[in-house]
Amino acid sequence: MQILLPERSQTPLSDDQYHLLQQFIAALSPEQAAWVGGYLTGQVAKDLISIPDVSSIADITILVGSQTGNSEALAEQMHRLAAGRGLKTIVKKMGDYKFQQLKAEKHLLVIVSTYGEGEPPDNARELVEHLFSKRAPSLQQMQFAVLGLGDSSYEFFCKTGVDFDHRLEELGATRIHPRVDCDVDYESSAEAWMHAVLNELSIRLETKSQATGLSIPSLTSPSAYSRTHPFPALLLENIVLNGRGSLKETHHLELSLEGSGLTYEPGDVLGVYPTNAPDVIDALLQMLHFNGTEWITLDDEDGFLYNLLFSYYEITTITRPVMQKYALLANNRKLDQLLHDKHKLNDYLHGREIIDLVADFPSDHVSPQAFVNCLRKLPPRLYSIASSLKQHPDEVHITVAAVRYQSHDRDRKGVGSTFLAERIGEDATIPVYIDRNNNFKLPADPATPIIMIGPGTGIAPFRAFVEEHEAVGASGKNWLFFGDQHFETDFLYQAEWLRYLKSGVLTRMNVAFSRDQEQKIYVQHLMAEHGKELYVWLQDGAHIYVCGDGKRMAHDVHAALLNIVAAEIGADNAEEYVANLQKARRYQRDVY
Amino acid sequence: MTYITPEELAKRAEVERIKDASNYLRGTMVKSLQDPLTGALAEDDTQLSKYHGIYQQDDRDLRDERRRQKLEPRYQFMVRIRLPGGVCSPTQWLEVDRIANTWCNHTIRLTSRQAFQLHGVVKRNLKKTVAEINAALLDTIAACGDVNRNVMCNPNPHQSRLHAEVYEYARRISEHLTPRTTAYHEIWLDEELLSSSRQDEEPIYGKHYLPRKFKIALAVPPSNDVDLFANDLGFIAIAEDNHLLGFNITVGGGLSMTHGDTETYPRLADVIGYCPKNKTLQVAEEVVKIQRDKGDRVNRKHARFKYTIEDRGVEWFKFELNRRLGWDIEPPRPFIFEHSGDRYGWVEGANDTWHYTLFIQNGRILDTEDYPMMTGLREIAKVHDGDFRLTANQNLIIGQVGSKRKPAIDALLKKYRLANSYPQTGLRLNSMACVAFPTCGLAMAESERYFPSLIDKLDVIVKQAGLENDPILIRMTGCPNGCARSVLAEIGFVGKAPGKYNLYLGGGFYGQRLNKLYRENIGEEQILSELTPIIQHYARERKPGERFGDFVIKAGYVKEVLTGKDFHSATR
Ligand code: SRM
Ligand SMILES: Cc1cc2nc3c(=O)[nH]c(=O)nc-3n(C[C@H](O)[C@H](O)[C@H](O)COP(=O)(O)OP(=O)(O)OC[C@H]3O[C@@H](n4cnc5c(N)ncnc54)[C@H](O)[C@@H]3O)c2cc1C
Ligand SMILES: Cc1cc2nc3c(=O)[nH]c(=O)nc-3n(C[C@H](O)[C@H](O)[C@H](O)COP(=O)(O)O)c2cc1C
Ligand code: SF4
Repeated sequence: MQILLPERSQTPLSDDQYHLLQQFIAALSPEQAAWVGGYLTGQVAKDLISIPDVSSIADITILVGSQTGNSEALAEQMHRLAAGRGLKTIVKKMGDYKFQQLKAEKHLLVIVSTYGEGEPPDNARELVEHLFSKRAPSLQQMQFAVLGLGDSSYEFFCKTGVDFDHRLEELGATRIHPRVDCDVDYESSAEAWMHAVLNELSIRLETKSQATGLSIPSLTSPSAYSRTHPFPALLLENIVLNGRGSLKETHHLELSLEGSGLTYEPGDVLGVYPTNAPDVIDALLQMLHFNGTEWITLDDEDGFLYNLLFSYYEITTITRPVMQKYALLANNRKLDQLLHDKHKLNDYLHGREIIDLVADFPSDHVSPQAFVNCLRKLPPRLYSIASSLKQHPDEVHITVAAVRYQSHDRDRKGVGSTFLAERIGEDATIPVYIDRNNNFKLPADPATPIIMIGPGTGIAPFRAFVEEHEAVGASGKNWLFFGDQHFETDFLYQAEWLRYLKSGVLTRMNVAFSRDQEQKIYVQHLMAEHGKELYVWLQDGAHIYVCGDGKRMAHDVHAALLNIVAAEIGADNAEEYVANLQKARRYQRDVY
Repeated sequence: MTYITPEELAKRAEVERIKDASNYLRGTMVKSLQDPLTGALAEDDTQLSKYHGIYQQDDRDLRDERRRQKLEPRYQFMVRIRLPGGVCSPTQWLEVDRIANTWCNHTIRLTSRQAFQLHGVVKRNLKKTVAEINAALLDTIAACGDVNRNVMCNPNPHQSRLHAEVYEYARRISEHLTPRTTAYHEIWLDEELLSSSRQDEEPIYGKHYLPRKFKIALAVPPSNDVDLFANDLGFIAIAEDNHLLGFNITVGGGLSMTHGDTETYPRLADVIGYCPKNKTLQVAEEVVKIQRDKGDRVNRKHARFKYTIEDRGVEWFKFELNRRLGWDIEPPRPFIFEHSGDRYGWVEGANDTWHYTLFIQNGRILDTEDYPMMTGLREIAKVHDGDFRLTANQNLIIGQVGSKRKPAIDALLKKYRLANSYPQTGLRLNSMACVAFPTCGLAMAESERYFPSLIDKLDVIVKQAGLENDPILIRMTGCPNGCARSVLAEIGFVGKAPGKYNLYLGGGFYGQRLNKLYRENIGEEQILSELTPIIQHYARERKPGERFGDFVIKAGYVKEVLTGKDFHSATR
C-alpha cells in the first residue's frame, strides 16, 4: 500500500533503516499495516520512552543546579562558548529535567552548587534523590564532566558536585575531564574548566560515527502473570499525599513491574492481594478461644489456622453466606431471628465485622476447622492505575485512601488500603495483576477533547490520562474537575497539575474544596457553574469521564450532567442525549 | 521625568521592568487573588504586593516534605502594618489582636521598626484581613517596597512634650511620603476603579518609585533607640528646654550586605547639617527625590541610598541638596547620644501620666502554657485609655497611664505574669533577633526561634562573671540583611547556614559604631568557647562604665570599624 513517510531527517532512522521501511510498507495490505502499527506501538511503548522525542536531544546537555543563579550564568556562558566552536548544546535546569532522559544522554556536563550543610540546591534535590535511589539507570552510554560551585568556608565544600562526579562514574558513565571545585571567586577556574572540556568534546565529536539510531526493541512475549498468578511487585515508593493537619490519609504508591512483562493502558486497574492485620487476627482468635496453631486442612491447601487467617480468608467483612453458615454452628435463637428480619439484618451489618458476630452470638463448641469453613477467601482489592507506562517504564502507580473508622466501639481498618498504607516492609513485594478496563479508555483519536471528573482518589486514572496525553503529544483539549476537603492539605498531585497547566498539557482545571468555606462545594456544583462551556465541549465531541465514589458522587455528577444538557435542549431530550453519549462510549465511569 | 525608553528599561534590574509595567502597582493582583489552583500570586505580583505591605512566603519547615507530597509549598502571607512612631490606640490593639487570632497564626510580631507584622494569612483570606486592618484605621500601604518605609521615632516617655512634637513630625513625614496611587484601595478595599480618563499621579516618586527601599528615623537625644545611623535619612531633634527647634540631618545609613561580596557593606549615616523644624518636610522630600534620580536602578545590590552617597561623596550630596532646596542647610548643632536600649518597668511621664515598658522576647506576642502574654495584653487593652507604643527594640510600652488607672493596670500585669517580664540579665534585656525561619524566605539560619536558647547558655557565663546586670547589646540575624541590626551590636551573629553563624564584635553601645567579624561560620559550641574568655576578660579588666564593645577593641580582639568601607577589612 502507499504511505507517505516523513523526510528521513525528520525520523530517528538511519538511511538503510529508512529505505527498508519504505519497501516493507509498500508490500503490506492495509490490514497488515494497521496490525504492525498497533503491535509495534504497544510493544515499543515502554522502550520508546527511554529515548523520548529523539530529535530534541542535543549532542551535549548542560545540566545545571543553582540556587542563586551563579551556576546558571556559567551554564549560559558555556552554551555560548560551545556554539562558538560549532558544538550543539542544550541547557537544562535540574528542576525541569525528565529523569528518563538520562539513559539517552551521550554527553552530560553538570554545573551545580552546594547549599545548607553540604546539600544540593532546592531544584536539584529530586534529581539527586533519583540518582542515588535504587532506580538510578545504568549510564554506560554517557560521557560526562562536572563543575562544582561552593564556598570553601563551609565544611562540605562543593559536596553536591563531588557527589554527582562519583555517582555518574558509579553508574557506568565515563569522565571526559576531571571535576573542578570552584570557590566563591569561581569565574577564572570555571572558565578554564569549560575550555578544557570543550576541547575534549570537539575532538571526540568529530571522530564519532553519526549512525546512532533507535535500539530495535525486543518483542517480549505477553506476560506470564495474571489474576490467578499474581506478580510479586517491589514497592518503590509510598508517599502520603495529604499535607499536615489533614483529616485524610491518601497514599501514592509506586510499584516495580520490572521483569514481569506486564503492560497496561491508562484506565486499567491494578489488582492487589492484601493480607490481614496481625492485631485483627489476634483479637479474633482471642474472641474464639483459639490459639492459631491449630492445623487446618482444606481442598486446595492445608496450614496452621493463624497463617490461613493471615493471607487466605477474609476475616473482617461479614457477608450473608458467612452469617448463615455461622448461624448453623452457633444455633443461637436471636441470631436465627435476626437472619429472618431483613431490616434488622441490614442495620446489624452496617459497620460490623466478623468479630462482632462472634462476640454478639458466642458459641462455645465451634471447632477451628468448622469456623474457617464459614469464611470466604480474601478477595483482591482493585486500584485505578495512576501512571502512564510511557512516562514510567516498568512501573505502576496507584492512589490509595486508607480506610479507618470507628464503629460499635471498635477501631476498624480496611484490609487492602491499610495493608498498602502501613503493612509493607522495606523491599517487600506485593502480589499484583493488571485488570484491563476497556470501559474506561482514552478516545482512539488523540485530537478528541476530554472532560475528567475525579474527586478524591477518583483523580488517580486522570493522572494516567494526562501523563499519556503528554507522552504522545495529544492535540486534544482536556478539562479536569477535582475536589476534596481542604485546599492546603488535600489537593492531590497539585504540583503536577500546576506544571501541566503551565506547559499547556492540561487545558483547564476546576477545583472544589468542600470545607474551606461555610457552604459545602462539590465537583457537581463546579460543573453546573460552568455548564454552558461544558455543553459546548460536548458539542465539540468531548468524551466525559467520571471516577471515584460510587455511593453519592457518581449520582450527583450524573444529575448535574443531565441538568446541564437539559438547560440547553430540554429535559426530555437530555435523557436521550446522555444515553447516547454512553452508547457512543463518550461517557465512561470508573466508580466504586 | 519618569518616561524611559524600552532600551533603557531593558538595561535595568528586573524589578524596574515590573514596576514600569505595573500601572502604578496594580499588576495582575486582582486576577492572582482569584486563582483557586494555587496559594501563590503570579510571580510579578509578588514584587508588587510588597508596596501594599504584603509578602508572599511559605512555611519553610514544610517545604521539603510538601515537595515529596507533590503539593506546592505551603504559601502564606505576611502582612506588615505601618505605624509611624510605633503608636497605636487600645482599640486598634484589640483589633490587631482579633485579626491575628482570626486570620493569622495567633501571634503578633512587633518589628525592629516599630511596626506590627502578622504571619500565616492564606491567599483566600488575604483581602478580608487587609480590609479589616483598614477598618481599624490602620493601613499597610508602603510598609514594604521601593518607597519610604515605616518612619521611626523614639517613644522616649521622659520628655513627653518634646516627644509629642517630634512624633508629630514623624507622622507628617510618613503622610507626606506615602504613595498616591489608588491601586491599594481598588485591590483591597473594592473602592471603585479609576475612570480610565484620570491617571494616577506620584508627584514625589513617579511611576518607577525609588530604586530601593528607603528608611527614615527621628531621634530625641540622649536616646538613640531607633538606631538612627542605620537609616537612609535621619533627623536628630535639637531642643531648647524641651522645645523643639529643628533637626540635625543624617544621610546614607544602611546595614545590609551579601556573604562573600565585599562590594556590599553596612554603612552608618553621616551628619550633614541642621534645618529648622518648619523645613523638615521639604528636606525629606528633596532627599528622597535625589535618591530617586541618582540611585542605581541597574544593580539592585548597589541601589540603596548609602551607595549613592558613598560613590558620589557627602560634599556632592550637600551641594545637590542645597541646590534643590534653594537655600543652604546650616552646620550641625551639638548633640549627645548615650544609649540605644529600652528602660523597663514604670517611669513617670509629664502631667501625672505613667508609662510601663515590657520586655517582649524578639517582639513575638503569643500565649504559652506558663506565659499568657497575648491574653494579658488583650485584657489590659480593654481597660487602658492611654496608648501603646512599639519600641525600635521590639519591646512594648503601655503609655499614658493616668495615676488613677495605674493600680488596675498593675493588677493585670501581675495577674498575667507580665509584671516580671524584665527581671532578666542585662544581656537578654538588650537582645534582639530577626524573624528568620520558618517564614522568612531569605533566612539561611535560625534566629528568633533559636536565639533565646543561646542566651540561656550565655546567661550562665555572664552570671559567673558577675555581669548579670550589665547591659550588653547582643543581636542575631538569620542572614546578612541585618533586620535586627546585628552589625550594630556589641556582640552580633549573622547566619550563614543551618546552625552556622559569623560572630561579630565591637559595635557601639548607642549605635555609633559598626562591629567587626571575629569568627566565621561557627556553631554553638564554638560560639560559647570563643565568647567565654572574652566575657571573663571584660569582667576582670574593664574600667568603670567601659562598654563591652569598646573593651574588645581596646583589648585587641577586633579592629575598630571607622567607616562602612573598611567593615570587611582585616579583623585585627
Ligand atoms: C520584621 C523585620 C525584622 C524583625 O525581626 O523585626 C524584618 C523582616 C524582614 N526583612 Fe528586613 N526586617 C526588619 C527590619 C530591617 C532592618 C532594620 C532597620 O530597618 O532598622 C534592616 C537593616 C537596615 C537596612 O535596611 O539597611 C532590614 C534589611 C532588610 C533587607 C536588606 C535591604 C538591603 O539594603 O539589601 C531585606 C532584603 C531586601 O530588601 O532585599 C529585608 C527583608 C526582610 C523580609 C521582608 C524578607 C523578604 O524580603 O522576604 C523579612 C520578613 C521576615 C518575616 O518572615 O517576617 N530586610 N530589615 C523588620 C521589620 C521592619 C519594619 O517594620 O519595616
Ligand atoms: C474499579 C475500582 C477501582 C478502585 N480504585 C480505587 C482507587 O484508585 N483508590 C482507592 O483508594 N480505592 C479504590 N477502589 C476501592 C478499593 O478497591 C477498596 O475498596 C478500598 O481500598 C477499601 O478496601 P479495604 O480492603 O481497605 O477495605 P475493606 O476491608 O474492604 O472494608 C471496606 C468496607 O468497610 C466498610 N466501611 C468503610 N468505611 C466505613 C464507615 N465509615 N462506617 C461503616 N463502615 C465502613 C464498608 O462496608 C466497606 O465496604 C477501587 C475499587 C474499584 C472496584
Ligand atoms: C545558605 C548557604 C549555604 C551554603 N552551603 C554551602 C556548603 O555547605 N558547601 C559549599 O561548598 N558551599 C556552600 N554555599 C555556597 C554556594 O554554593 C555558593 O554561593 C555558590 O556560588 C552558589 O551558586 P548558585 O548561585 O549557582 O547556587 C552556601 C551558600 C549559602 C547561601
Ligand atoms: S535578617 Fe535575613 S533572615 Fe532575618 S528576617 Fe531579615 S531577611 Fe530574614
